[in-house]
Amino acid sequence: MVDYLALYEKMHDNNIMLTFKGEVTFDLVNSLLRIIEERLERIEDNKKTRRKVYNILVECLQNLCNHVDETEIPEEESLNGKTALLLVETDLEAYRLVTGNYIQNDKIENLKARFEQINSLSKDGLREFYKTILNNGEFSDKGTAGLGFIDIARKSGQKLQYDFQKVNENYSFFSFQIDIPKITEERE
Amino acid sequence: MDIFHLDAKQNTPFVHFDAQLGVMEMKGRSTPENSVEFYSPILDWLDHYCKNPAEQTVVNVRYEYFNTSSSKCILDVFKKFSKLHKEGKTVKVNWYYEEEDEDMQEAGEDYSDILGIPFDILEIPE
Repeated sequence: MVDYLALYEKMHDNNIMLTFKGEVTFDLVNSLLRIIEERLERIEDNKKTRRKVYNILVECLQNLCNHVDETEIPEEESLNGKTALLLVETDLEAYRLVTGNYIQNDKIENLKARFEQINSLSKDGLREFYKTILNNGEFSDKGTAGLGFIDIARKSGQKLQYDFQKVNENYSFFSFQIDIPKITEERE
Repeated sequence: MDIFHLDAKQNTPFVHFDAQLGVMEMKGRSTPENSVEFYSPILDWLDHYCKNPAEQTVVNVRYEYFNTSSSKCILDVFKKFSKLHKEGKTVKVNWYYEEEDEDMQEAGEDYSDILGIPFDILEIPE
């Protein structure tokens, strides 16, 4: 039998607050958010940090939900197109949110360009960029407009980390990571 | 037509608009699955209101959090009020944010800036 104790201890040592792998739906996102909100209440004393982690997580998960929804992966690819990965970890310095999902290769270039643009901007630059898209951007019929990643960068104050691993000629696995530094009274 | 009311739910805010008093309130969380669908009856009601508005319109907004797909819809809501303002009506916007929530404070400043109308941006003490 697999050594599940070792697996459990490894998760414990990595301070994993939550992991999920499976089909991401709107209702599931709500359930995960409720769990995380309760845990944050218990382990995080700083209200500002709690609020940031929660808000950024909402954006990450709803983003994920929308994108998984849009990614039509034919059955013969056997990639379980609607499923995704979510990981929430914490250490002394920060909370770390990680998501992973399949993406069509032809969407990568645009996404990479957007990430590079976001990561090149200062705090004020991000704010102006957000306002420009909010005021002039084209929105989908659900109201999404690619504001999500700008918002995540703005609220976390950190660079977006990402990777695309090629799975086959049609699809890649897209990993996304954002760190949210813990706010301590001294740092304010 | 006089009153538009929605109770707060897990993903949607409390909304209470009173046409006679000219008082519009929105508060809580806005993270609906489909923001356009959620805000569209609100925008429709405001279209009617703007045809025959109260002498003075007071808008009290007290979001705890809204997702980015709500942010465009919220801008559309404010555009209705900004139109009234530009037509010479009295419109007063109070944008409340929870103590030390700089992100929400900035969001209010951003809307005020985009619309070109003044907001009173007010911190709610703990």
